[in-house]
Amino acid sequence: MAIRRGRGVAAINYPTGMNLGGDPTQALVHSTPTGNFMVTLSSVDLGQGMKQIMAQICAETIGVPTDRVVVDTADTDTGPHCMGTFASRGTHRAGNAVIQAAREARQVMLEVAAEELEVNASDLETDGQGNILVKGAPQKSISIFDVALSAHFKRGRSISGRGMFLIPRSYPEKETGAMKPSTCYAHACTVAEVEVDDETGEVTVLTVKNVFEIGRALNPKMVEQQLVGGSWMGISHALYETTEPYYPNRDHGGTDFNQYLMPGPGDLAETEIIVLERPSADGPYGAKGPGEMCANPQIPAVANAVFDAVGVRIDTLPITPERILRALKAQAAN
Amino acid sequence: MAKVPVQFTLNGSEKAEFVDSGTTLLHALRDKIGDTSPKGGCHQGTCGACSVIIDGELRLSCLTLAETCNGVAITTTAGLSEAGVLHPLQRAFLEAFATQCGFCTPGMIMAAKVLLDHTPNPSRDEVVEALSGNICRCTGYEPIIQAVLTAARSNSQNAA
Ligand code: FES
Ligand code: FES
Repeated sequence: MAIRRGRGVAAINYPTGMNLGGDPTQALVHSTPTGNFMVTLSSVDLGQGMKQIMAQICAETIGVPTDRVVVDTADTDTGPHCMGTFASRGTHRAGNAVIQAAREARQVMLEVAAEELEVNASDLETDGQGNILVKGAPQKSISIFDVALSAHFKRGRSISGRGMFLIPRSYPEKETGAMKPSTCYAHACTVAEVEVDDETGEVTVLTVKNVFEIGRALNPKMVEQQLVGGSWMGISHALYETTEPYYPNRDHGGTDFNQYLMPGPGDLAETEIIVLERPSADGPYGAKGPGEMCANPQIPAVANAVFDAVGVRIDTLPITPERILRALKAQAAN
Repeated sequence: MAKVPVQFTLNGSEKAEFVDSGTTLLHALRDKIGDTSPKGGCHQGTCGACSVIIDGELRLSCLTLAETCNGVAITTTAGLSEAGVLHPLQRAFLEAFATQCGFCTPGMIMAAKVLLDHTPNPSRDEVVEALSGNICRCTGYEPIIQAVLTAARSNSQNAA
């Protein structure tokens, strides 16, 4: 009876969003009378940072500082339609919709500015600080504040835009089965090192080293936050969490936090995160969906590490001491 | 059933309420007084989201009856900032990206505050121990541990 060490590796690719029915999301953007911009969405922020990212995307597209944008996701009854924030789709789907809406709003904004400055709208550019300038003659300029006032009170224009993301549903080709099941893919690779006590079946994760390829990181600190939390959650799924330990028999399922196991702050493996950015062609400013993907590769990596340590393949999650001991017993009997 | 009068200070101001006997402090704070910073995660003492500080001690407000709180001084996360300036712990949580959905955050900050009040320069193990009664679904804990260590360091710099 001994503590045995093992190391496992796993690599995944992970689709962003769904294909079925086209996976639509819509967005509306409009300016206030003082030149702030509202983004209206039904895509709910669960804590993943949806609002911050949509504000950045809208600001980048219109050409204003991010703090001039307010994102309203208050009501999924009255907001423009969204399928929801799941399947790692929020940034990609809603982001594309926001870009389209913000482009239309920007165009109206430039048209109003052009009338005020008596130039062509195509000769105008934004400085990213809240001003519109004539290209090549930046001394000729107008603030977005004044443009919005003019639109609202003088010219009767609505600086607004509509955006939507919709891909046609893809069906498999009859002959080959080939289809396009999703848009872009994020990728990840994890190496996990574990110790397995072959007497008790207990697994301790020593280190988790993750590389994530997530398109462009629109907000690098928030991406890192998501990945650190996701890596922990992957370990948790691999070794601890289940509501149905003896599925389909419901007996002994966890009913509260005393019985539903998750690793606490004292059970953390040494975790490393490396981010690779390969901007996607169809994502908003190159983004992909890192959301769910980041909690996946740890699971097969831990399963492989357990196999490396004690030579048994556990193919049911979570990899509990009981499952390991049963497998070791079966192995010894053979 | 007759209501029970209860009087305490909450973040420095006097509060007086009539509550039903058996009302938890969590319910009294959130639904009667309107301080929603303590969160109800489990209502049975297993998640730590409802943590508050009562007379300097960390307590679970979901397991504390409001009627037992006569004359005590209660601190919640809502009372930590002063004149719009964030408490060092709040600032550290913000800067370390130690919050995602934020549901666990007030409880984490309460637990961390009691730790730092008693142990201004804690080791990592002491931080882990202090947070071990609080569950977080989102962050993987490491950013929270780092935030508490950072707040401790900034406190000791200010004191020096
Ligand atoms: S709500 Fe009090 S410990 Fe969970
Ligand atoms: S930040 Fe979501 S539970 Fe901790």
